[in-house]
Formats: sequence, C-alpha cells, structure tokens
Amino acid sequence: MLDYVDGSSLAGPMRELFAVDVTAVEGRCAACGLTGPIAALHVYGHDHGPGLVGRCPGCDEIVLRLVRTPTDAWLDVRGAVSLRFSL
Amino acid sequence: MARTAVSRRLTWRAAELREVRGETSSAHSLIFEVPGWPGHLPGQHVDVRLTAEDGYSTERSYSIASAFTDHHDLVELTVQRIPDGEVSPYLVDVLQPGMRVELRGPVGGWFVWRPADTAPVLLVAGGSGVVPLMAMIRARAQASVRVPFRLVYSTRTPEDVLYADELRRRALEDRGLDVTIVYTRRVPDGHGRPPGRLTAADLAEWGWPPDFEPAVFVCGPTGFVEAAADLLIDAGHEPARIKTERFGGTDA
Repeated sequence: MLDYVDGSSLAGPMRELFAVDVTAVEGRCAACGLTGPIAALHVYGHDHGPGLVGRCPGCDEIVLRLVRTPTDAWLDVRGAVSLRFSL
Repeated sequence: MARTAVSRRLTWRAAELREVRGETSSAHSLIFEVPGWPGHLPGQHVDVRLTAEDGYSTERSYSIASAFTDHHDLVELTVQRIPDGEVSPYLVDVLQPGMRVELRGPVGGWFVWRPADTAPVLLVAGGSGVVPLMAMIRARAQASVRVPFRLVYSTRTPEDVLYADELRRRALEDRGLDVTIVYTRRVPDGHGRPPGRLTAADLAEWGWPPDFEPAVFVCGPTGFVEAAADLLIDAGHEPARIKTERFGGTDA
C-alpha cells in the first residue's frame, strides 16, 4: 500500500507559487462535494516520483496535482470545484 | 489563516548549524541560525534542502521544535534518523556545527496553535510526531498563558522518548500542563500501564472529555494518526476540532 502524508506537506511547494499559505484554504472536492482545508488532503508522491498528488480524504479522488520541472511548475486543480481564500 | 506568514514568495535561506543536542540514539535536535528569520507559529514546518557537489539536490520537510522569540534567528529541528533515508542520516550523523544547509519557511498555516487561542488543548503524539507539539508546549510557556494543555505521547520504549528531561521538568513546573507517556513495546520499571498501543481508555483517562471542546492536535506516522483520530471521533470529539499531521512511515 502506498503511504500518504497530509496536505500540510504541500505548504512549501505551494508557497513557491503563491503569496499566501494555500494549505489553510478551504477547497471543495469536485467528485464528492466534501469541503475542507488543503492541509487535510492525502498527498502521495512525497517520497518518490516527479510530482505530488493530493486526493480527497472523503472519496479518494484526485483533487490536485503539482509537478515541478527545473524551469516550471504545473498545477492541475481539476478535482476542486472551488478554493476559498480567507482575506 | 496564517496572516502572520509574510505575504511574499518563499525563498531558500542559508542556515548554519550552531548546536546539536542528542535526544535519543537515533534523534538529534539541531539548532540552526537563519539570518533574517521572519518568525513562526508552533506547528509550522520548514523544508530543508541538501545539494551535493555534483549539483544533485533533495529536500525534506521537518517540523519546527522551537518556539519563536524575536530576539534571535534560531530555528530548532529534531530529526529522527531513518536508516535508509536520503536526508536524515546526513543531518543526524554528518552535519557538524558550522556547516550549512538551505532552509525555507516557515510554511503551513493550518496545523498551528496560537497563544491567543483559549480552548483547552489536547496533544496526541506518535513517535517523532511529538516535535511540532513540543513547539506548542514551548510557545505556551513562553507566552505565559494558562490554557490547559494535555500531552499524550505514544512511543516504543523509555529510551525513545524525545525531550525526556524537559518534559519531566515542564510537567512539574508549567502550570496547567499534563504529560502522559504511553509505551507500546517496553515500559520503565514500576510503570503501571502494560506496554501496548494507544487505546480509547488512555485517551479517556489522560485526554480531555469531548464536552470540554478541546482543540486537538494529532501528529505521527500515518497509521498512528488514523487510529488515534478514529478513537477520538468514536469518543465524541468533533472532527472539525481535530487537526492531524501525518508524516508517513511507521516509527511509532
């Protein structure tokens, strides 16, 4: 079984891209509608491979993917209906 | 939201190791000086990057163990050596005071405790999951707040306890802090509870009842966190008040 860590582990990689902490942002899963902080996603790929995959803790569908190359970062958020940023 | 986190993009900073404290045979606390450190909240973490002479670089996340004080630029990390790990054996066995690594942070604005928070706090640690919870205990003492804290710390044997002396001292001196250590493999002489995994009875006896509405922080290996969070929810704790941090692995 592949091991996962929390969405909190996305904090560093995401702060490379965003000016605010994204892990405390509330997201809504496109597959099951569950809302919760990005920090609560189940993140795979932290110990191997080229990218990180964040899955919904409720239904296990992919919420976001982050792939880093030497020159670019690709962020795929197809599994999130919305991200709510507290201002 | 982590409004305290400065709104700018994150950059790598040079961090010089100033001091090493042995915690157990496999874990050291490393105190780095990071010029310009912007401060942090307990529960936040940093990424550490090592770069080899051939340019190969690799990075790992570590929880911050220290409370921030604004008169210095020190950041303490407690690193457990993972035998086949790529980064932790270097940090524990090779890195000496005066040597440098790159560090960026602090990051993470969700698994944090703020001294202004008034709810009682229950900290549940599995193995080296105690590190960010120790930062909360230290920050509480430093802010001189009296919010009641309880730590339930599950670890294998007496020799595996991180911060053993400090926890013993704080349990006596920090008013409103209770510390309970649950041993899973072997207990010290004269210890009443037989060795075994954390149970609902342990949390009922040493934690807070759900109707106190405590803020709960659970940190440890993935399996431990799942099990502990299930016990807490079964006992009636509101899932929204339970914050978890899983770091993978199986060391508790």
